[in-house]
Amino acid sequence: MKKIILSLALALGLVAGANASGDTIAWDQAPNKTNDLAALQNGAKIFVNHCLNCHSAAYMRFNRLKDIGLTEQQIKDNLLFTTDKVGDTMKANIDPKQAKEWFGATPPDLTVIARSRAGHGGTGADYLYTYMRTFYRDETKATGWNNLVFPNVGMPHVLWEMQGVRRPIFETHEEHGHHVQTFKGWDQVTPGKVSPLEYDQAMGDLVGYLQWMGEPAQNTRVRIGVWVLLFLVGFMVIAWRLNASFWKDIK
Amino acid sequence: MAEFKEISPDASAGEKLLNWVDNRFPASKLYKEHLSEYYAPKNFNFWYFFGSLALLVLVIQIVTGIFLVMHYKPDAALAFGSVEYIMRDVPWGWLIRYMHSTGASAFFVVVYLHMYRGLIYGSYRKPRELVWVFGCAIFLCLMAEAFMGYLLPWGQMSYWGAQVIVNLFAAVPFVGPDLALLIRGDYVVGDATLNRFFSFHVIAVPLVLLGLVVAHIIALHEVGSNNPDGVEIKGPNAPKDANGHPLDGIPFHPYYTVHDILGVSGFLLVFSAVIFFAPEFGGYFLEYNNFIPADPLKTPLHIAPVWYFTPFYSMLRAITSEMMYALIACVLAGAYFGATRPSLPKVVKGGIVGAAVLVSLLMLSIDAKFWGVVAMGGAVVILFFLPWLDNCEVKSIRYRPDWHKYMYGVFVVNFIALAYLGVQPPSAIGERVSQVGTLFYFGFFLLMPMWSRIGATKTVPDRVTFTPH
Repeated sequence: MKKIILSLALALGLVAGANASGDTIAWDQAPNKTNDLAALQNGAKIFVNHCLNCHSAAYMRFNRLKDIGLTEQQIKDNLLFTTDKVGDTMKANIDPKQAKEWFGATPPDLTVIARSRAGHGGTGADYLYTYMRTFYRDETKATGWNNLVFPNVGMPHVLWEMQGVRRPIFETHEEHGHHVQTFKGWDQVTPGKVSPLEYDQAMGDLVGYLQWMGEPAQNTRVRIGVWVLLFLVGFMVIAWRLNASFWKDIK
Repeated sequence: MAEFKEISPDASAGEKLLNWVDNRFPASKLYKEHLSEYYAPKNFNFWYFFGSLALLVLVIQIVTGIFLVMHYKPDAALAFGSVEYIMRDVPWGWLIRYMHSTGASAFFVVVYLHMYRGLIYGSYRKPRELVWVFGCAIFLCLMAEAFMGYLLPWGQMSYWGAQVIVNLFAAVPFVGPDLALLIRGDYVVGDATLNRFFSFHVIAVPLVLLGLVVAHIIALHEVGSNNPDGVEIKGPNAPKDANGHPLDGIPFHPYYTVHDILGVSGFLLVFSAVIFFAPEFGGYFLEYNNFIPADPLKTPLHIAPVWYFTPFYSMLRAITSEMMYALIACVLAGAYFGATRPSLPKVVKGGIVGAAVLVSLLMLSIDAKFWGVVAMGGAVVILFFLPWLDNCEVKSIRYRPDWHKYMYGVFVVNFIALAYLGVQPPSAIGERVSQVGTLFYFGFFLLMPMWSRIGATKTVPDRVTFTPH
């Protein structure tokens, strides 16, 4: 047993590195929901109920959720475990050592995951949105699941009941003398609890939440930025006229 | 000791106070020498904004740095978290942090433009050699400051960037491994490295930097500013008014203070736009991988330094064992050129040939990696010698032969191409281009004594060219 886990861990370690190199499908564009409070609240609910079992968000405090329109009482009643305090950061329920044994690697902290996963394919949100929607059944893997943007992923499809079981359809064709597999679409093996559209929306909410959590000040930043730039434009006009009035003496 | 000045008892309290101070400290004297009676040429163009902007960015970095240090923890276990703490839990911490991270890139933008200004207008030429040398030393300090500061967030790129660069020192023959150990304080980059880099970043290097900035400005004010025409406004033959002030000069204050405020407003507009709307700047100012905490067991596939180091990083990567043959050929060609010059005595010629053979042998016997480090360091060090490499009769690009303008144009394109290649993952074609680029970069400087003489210069006017606004 130990050997299997060890080899699994090794494979995961290697694959986790290889993942960034591309060779996977193009990322879908995630809807931008960081200003949509209802979506963010729904995303937070999904996050706390599903992700937080194994992943932490160790730099994110529960009471920061007040920024997305929740009251402290709502946070306490719906999102906290009985032992948590509202000022605590979001810690996983799982013991990291056990997690490493089960999945081959410690599930990464998700606080800034949406910032770290950005790359040539798009924003971190695009990556996560694609990742959450491209799990498929793969009996050859220890968890029984695989993923199109993160091949040989260590994480099982946690939301499989919601989405149902799917298999990707590949089409093989020849390109410059090589057999190339292109992704063509999905084959729904068993139906999920929600429709594909609803699932996509839920993932959009979740990713929106992750994106917001990556930088809770991001919308404040943009809002203030507009005023700062307006001020600076005014300042520039004054500086320009002041400069001109001094320099008119210089012949 | 200066004469003790009495002031009329009817003078205002402010005048009395100033007189009291002036009798004990040269407040008015300094103010006059460096501001109200420092005469600067009146024909400065927008290139001359970047000096004062560099000073502004320095102040921004120091002030934001002071506030960051109040919350940052230089501890391998806590550093990453403390940066996120600043971003989330410290009131306005995100703004301070973004100002500092964007400020680092802005510093290099303005300094590169400032140096380019000096290059094209010949601001390094006699009598401004020391202004230029101090400036190059500032640039070197700035690179050290930026490199060590980049480790502090303790993300993957911080960690592996430092690991790669410190490992380069291990390529130095004989002392290399011990030198790398001395820098790291450990066998790999770790807590000890983080602590010493923190110490250097917040106190040691800034102290040197501030001292050099003062020296840079004192030297500048001693010899006076150059200008786009390269005309000496304070020279013995330059036209002066009845008070001995240069006719083409104007007091720095108020004319250039008010002018620089205009420059500051433009700079802040761009700077703020980045801070508020694109603080990561597409992964160039804050690299995406750096949002993953440092993991000594997981090497990222592609380790790229931050954009401002990439031209030099490109030159480092360009030096392969294959490239060494090209470099040896350059050394031997240089020696042949030196040895066949009729004007040199025989002893010197023998020395040149001997040195060339010795260097070639060393180049063959020591690993190319070491020569890559030499090239990277040499690319910065060679800037120091610029004042003694340029033999053109005129200072400013305006009156140089036209083909010099193309030369500078190619230099800029080459530098940007090297910067671009430094960001990209290694590739066969990229390597070839960067090798050509490296040869051009060094050729530009090393052959400057020759090429800067070629071509007909234009007549430099007696007075600066200036059209009233």
